[in-house]
Amino acid sequence: MEHITLLIGIVIITALVFDFTNGFHDTANAMATTISTGALGPRVAVAMSAVLNLAGAFLSVEVAKTISGGMLDEDSGIRPEVIFAGLVGAILWNLVTWLAGLPSSSSHALFGGLIGATVAAVGIGGVNGDAIVMKVLIPAVAAPLVAGIATVAATRLTYRLGRDRAPEETAKGYRAGQIASAALVSLAHGTNDAQKTMGVITLALVTGGVIAPDSDPPMWVIVSAGLAIALGTYLGGWRIIRTMGKGITDIQPPQGFAAQTGAATVILASSHIGFALSTTQVCSGAVMGAGLGRKGGVVRWSTAGRMVIAWVLTLPAAGLIAAGAAILADQGNWGVAAVAVLAIAACGVIWVLSRRKPVDHSNVNEVGTSEPVGVVTAALQSVAPPPVGSIAGPGSGTDTTADSTTATTTDQPKAVATAGSAAPAASSSTSS
Amino acid sequence: MSIDWAALGQVFGVSLAVTVGVVGVFTLGIVGTSRKELRPDGAAAAAATGGVTAQGGASALARSGAYACFALCAAVVAYGIYLIVA
Repeated sequence: MEHITLLIGIVIITALVFDFTNGFHDTANAMATTISTGALGPRVAVAMSAVLNLAGAFLSVEVAKTISGGMLDEDSGIRPEVIFAGLVGAILWNLVTWLAGLPSSSSHALFGGLIGATVAAVGIGGVNGDAIVMKVLIPAVAAPLVAGIATVAATRLTYRLGRDRAPEETAKGYRAGQIASAALVSLAHGTNDAQKTMGVITLALVTGGVIAPDSDPPMWVIVSAGLAIALGTYLGGWRIIRTMGKGITDIQPPQGFAAQTGAATVILASSHIGFALSTTQVCSGAVMGAGLGRKGGVVRWSTAGRMVIAWVLTLPAAGLIAAGAAILADQGNWGVAAVAVLAIAACGVIWVLSRRKPVDHSNVNEVGTSEPVGVVTAALQSVAPPPVGSIAGPGSGTDTTADSTTATTTDQPKAVATAGSAAPAASSSTSS
Repeated sequence: MSIDWAALGQVFGVSLAVTVGVVGVFTLGIVGTSRKELRPDGAAAAAATGGVTAQGGASALARSGAYACFALCAAVVAYGIYLIVA
């Protein structure tokens, strides 16, 4: 009993850490374009999103009954070790994609982690393949298309209707509308994603016999899950915000309004009709649609392509990490401890790598598309021996005055961009 | 394996209609409350003169129509919050 209690404590803490990375990763969904159009200042935007995420966690009484949405046979396969390993896989993949500045679905990372851990622990029979196609693959294709097409149409319409108005006149109205849409996205995110963590913790508590099966999560679970996601949101995944707000396309106020409204509509419509779409993929698709919808707007397909590769990799990569973690954790107490130590070490390494080229509220709007390439290149170079000559770019210039390099940062990514063209392949090899 | 095309199509249709509708109505509201630009290429000029010409002023009708548009959008937002809570 002692052993089980400790293990469940570890699972709960890991679940809260995942919740934190989830908020951290998904700040960009609601706030990236809001920040890049200047509708809200960076810190105000993340604070508002955090408060709404917290409120969202308390709003809904409908708690996620199955954490994996029917993809796993949860009756047979799910033990605390498996949940723990799945969460570790999801957390690490979230951090790797954050380091690369790529928006990827936190839900898919969680699904992938749980699937990988289940396969490693009980075999392929514990996984429901049809449900994976239905819940992950089809939504992954549909989400950006639906949001993108809706936003292209809306962007065209709003530019056409407002064509004889000066941009200075209309910007204020567009920004107000965008803030309202972003608020809805934040609220919906808090309701959906905090609930997933509550579901995980509740399941762990049920498995350990702490609470009765089918009971609602205790109040402290709701409070801690809400606080974890809000704290993560407030700290803000600035790298991802930069990619979505500046990297994919250049966003003007009408586009920001159209994109954010499209995203909010698709998210609410899909969850209401019962065809859940990933918030991250909906928002990314909406941003691309906004870029396509404006005359003269450009979508940087190289950045979008990297993002799509990250989406494709999310499920298998998180699954592989989780499978490894599950095999190790299955060895008993020392295995669980080893997984925990390794996971903490990996988080530390990723954090140290991120400090080489910090992105925060002060420089989130500065540079565009090449930035994530440089970061991935830096990450790769720390693992593999670097080619001579390219190391000088990311390494030397940034460590000194990272916060005030307005003039210099614009030059550096260009120097790194050529070296980083292998970046998508790199991110897969470093993660697994 | 059965793909729920009906739900997917419904999501697509509803999303497209609502997004275009809300963005369109809100833009009409913005158009109604802002002054007409003097010339298509005169964005800077209009801002510089402050738009004091009588021709550019928004009429009372346009203004009240615009407020109706904003009210409609507010209702949609309220329905969105209702969907989240319910």
